[in-house]
Amino acid sequence: MTLEWMAWTVPTAVFFITIALMLFGMTLWQVVSPCIKRRGFLPIATTRGDRLFIGLLSSAYIHLAWLGLTSLTLWIALGLSLAWMVVVMRWG
Amino acid sequence: MDKWEDNRAWFLVLPVFIIVAFSAIIPLMTVVNYSLQDIFGPGQRVFVGVEWFKEVLSDKRLHEALVRQFIFSGLVLLIEMPLGIIIALMMPKKGWGASLSLVMLALPLLIPWNVIGTIWMIFTRPDIGLFGAGINALGIAFDHTASPSDAWVTLMLMEVWHWTPLVALLAYAGLRAIPEAYFQAARIDGASAWAIFKYIQLPKMRGVLTIALLLRFMDSFLIYAEPFVLTGGGPGNTTTFLSIYLVKVAVGQFDLGPAAAFSIIYFLIILLLSWLFYQVLQNVGKGEA
Repeated sequence: MTLEWMAWTVPTAVFFITIALMLFGMTLWQVVSPCIKRRGFLPIATTRGDRLFIGLLSSAYIHLAWLGLTSLTLWIALGLSLAWMVVVMRWG
Repeated sequence: MDKWEDNRAWFLVLPVFIIVAFSAIIPLMTVVNYSLQDIFGPGQRVFVGVEWFKEVLSDKRLHEALVRQFIFSGLVLLIEMPLGIIIALMMPKKGWGASLSLVMLALPLLIPWNVIGTIWMIFTRPDIGLFGAGINALGIAFDHTASPSDAWVTLMLMEVWHWTPLVALLAYAGLRAIPEAYFQAARIDGASAWAIFKYIQLPKMRGVLTIALLLRFMDSFLIYAEPFVLTGGGPGNTTTFLSIYLVKVAVGQFDLGPAAAFSIIYFLIILLLSWLFYQVLQNVGKGEA
């Protein structure tokens, strides 16, 4: 069976491999060191997985807002998203 | 006592994971792949980066469809949630009346969605429809094929008729699950009907109402078949919701790249709003959200 019908490209493959590695890493992290729900600067108590979800979803919106509102390179949006992910995961 | 875990349980989850992978994850990945390419045909495609996202984000027709969609879903929730709760509160608790009510409520939910659209299209026709001709006979001009406001009224009536029973059934299930002891205690304290509703019934229904709200929001935000059959998105574009516009782009114009980009944005909106609704409903009254 070929995967031609899925129309894969290198950037999308890298994107999904990164997501899969993130999920795999989070699973390992959970097994090694189970997390406890806690309250950070976000208005709700969150687990590590919740914070990853919030970080990823808000990163998608950061990219969309960047595309819709500016004509600058998307690498800046990616940098902002990475910084935001770190902040949410650590202090969220 | 040592904690004992049986990891074989994971194998029981495997069939569901495989089904979800084939029905959701793989199609979603394919859509992401399509969204970055110009698709000419099988095996004929060109990588265009985020070009389609830029095009879709600046598309005025999409903005208008999005606003329409929010208004529609907002109205649906505002009408169906309270109405469903009121119906559930008024339903008989036991006996043949309860059985009859449940069957009557379930009937609209059993009809295929495109048939619902056809029923209401004929029912509200100004020339032969019972409702449309009846309203016109009363001297009120009503034509959902020509007037945008009439089209919206018809759509809302159809949607409320079709889906309020789901909210009512869920609310009814939630109400029936409340132990009688709560009501006995409330009666001893001399609580009013409103106080019983506010402090016992509504908090106890939180779980089912969360499900009802999420289901109704997602369904109404994804609505396609009923308005497509009833109005076809018209008159003009006044009832063209996101899904109808998406199908026009994907199937009508065969612009698979822009349609894929559109689908991802659509998916992200639903994901965010569903998550927000879920969080608010789960945390309301707990001093969070």
